[in-house]
Amino acid sequence: MSASTYASVLGLTAAVVLLCAVVTLWRRTLRAIIRVLAVQGLALACVAMVVGLRRHDTGLIVVAVLVLAAKAIVVPMLITRVVRHDPASRETQPLVNVPASLVAAGALTILAFAVTRSVTALVPTPAGRLIPLGLAAMLVGFFALVTRRKAVSQIVGILLVDNGVALVAFLATAGVPLIVELGASLDVLLAVVVLQVLAARLRSLLGSFDLDRLTELHD
Amino acid sequence: MNAGSHTVVAVIASCSQVVAVAVGGLVLIGLMRKVRAHLEGRVGAPILQPMFDVRKLFRKERLRPDQATWIFPLAPVVLVATVAVAAAITPLVTTGPALSTGSDFFALVYLLLVGSTLLALAGMDAGTAFGGMGSSRAVTIGALAEPALLVTILALSATAHSSNLPAIVRATLADPGSVATPQRLFALGALLVVIVAESGRLPVDNPATHLELTMVHEAMILEYAGPDLAFVTVGEAMRLTLLLGVFVNLVAPWGIATTTNVAAVAVGLVTLVAKVAVVGLALAVFEVFTAKLRLFRLPELLAGAFVLALLGVVSGLVVK
Repeated sequence: MSASTYASVLGLTAAVVLLCAVVTLWRRTLRAIIRVLAVQGLALACVAMVVGLRRHDTGLIVVAVLVLAAKAIVVPMLITRVVRHDPASRETQPLVNVPASLVAAGALTILAFAVTRSVTALVPTPAGRLIPLGLAAMLVGFFALVTRRKAVSQIVGILLVDNGVALVAFLATAGVPLIVELGASLDVLLAVVVLQVLAARLRSLLGSFDLDRLTELHD
Repeated sequence: MNAGSHTVVAVIASCSQVVAVAVGGLVLIGLMRKVRAHLEGRVGAPILQPMFDVRKLFRKERLRPDQATWIFPLAPVVLVATVAVAAAITPLVTTGPALSTGSDFFALVYLLLVGSTLLALAGMDAGTAFGGMGSSRAVTIGALAEPALLVTILALSATAHSSNLPAIVRATLADPGSVATPQRLFALGALLVVIVAESGRLPVDNPATHLELTMVHEAMILEYAGPDLAFVTVGEAMRLTLLLGVFVNLVAPWGIATTTNVAAVAVGLVTLVAKVAVVGLALAVFEVFTAKLRLFRLPELLAGAFVLALLGVVSGLVVK
């Protein structure tokens, strides 16, 4: 792989990760949001794979396969199970409406770019220059967390933050050691399983995933 | 070859661009309708039907509303004239059309805007309720598409360090890898959304219906008849074709004439027709599977295009 192909493929896949984060703000159907999350996991796995191939780092290639299995297949499948019973469920009334969220996502991207200038100066590689994209994906994830009302879209928000962190890790230091990555992935997987149970329970109690309806404490 | 023959070839190329856009536009509309009809299980009108319609309209009587002012008859002519000028100077068939130094992206956008603005004024000129409603909607969509378009141009002109269209196309030809950069892809995605919005295709506006509640462009031109309507139809078809032509040459400029000789111009013409036909067909297939968006959902679509273009600019700063 020549240097320029490496840089352009890496740029393309990292940009797809950020694009998917923005698209989750744009789509309303929960099912579509989950599908976008799966695409983001796939793009993230591609980033890890490309960096791994470039550095001839077998550990990173294994991590890439793990990321592919966990973030592109297993986690989306788990969340899909939550919405299986009402496939038409939508994020109908987010706290910030869709056009405003999209513009906010643009602003967050610029913010991420502004605050990471000193970081990117430390890592003057093609991968290092892409760090702002990872931070932007993370910020968009936080934004989804605070403005969405449904439990499922909030789970997706957490996963967006996680994917953003992972992207920064891959780009800045070519990933963390395999054992740490394994731990982090299992952690996320466990969190998703717990949240899935929680969301399903929420739905059976309240008939929807709307967190705003949790207003009273009960035994 | 001396400078004189260069100019002659450039003028020939420009004329061929105008003719291709004018004739090709009507054929493209017919082709897109035919494809839709086939996919929907109908036979559909012949591909040349829009041409027959225009010929019929030109033979009809000139009927204009009593209260209309001079704006009403002026708008269709200005629409066709501005699109024709734009078609003459943009790099469609060759990278060096006549007056190519003035072929700026901003100039192109605002040339087209002159025609749309006059048409919106003409919609209100006749004083009917539908015309005013159509104009108001069309102007709203245009105003929402504007910021997206400006940021898109910024993203597209970054690689060539110029917003001159022939310069952008030449820069792309010199560095084919620049098409696959996130910057260019995001910007082209945003441009496609803006083109669809500006030319009133699905999911922004349905060009095939005259339904009171939803029509935008058709409401605006409801009072037009006869030769005036023919001009409006030709102008709109030309605008769609021109915008698609610019789009395909930004995506894949290969085949466009870079030298001033007649054979290269002929090759450029053939490849342009082929490329625009492919994109037009793709658009028609897409339209079969799309429903019109509610008017109040349009800001979401165009805000999406704006953010896409913005991501293009930002990732252009990141990826060098």
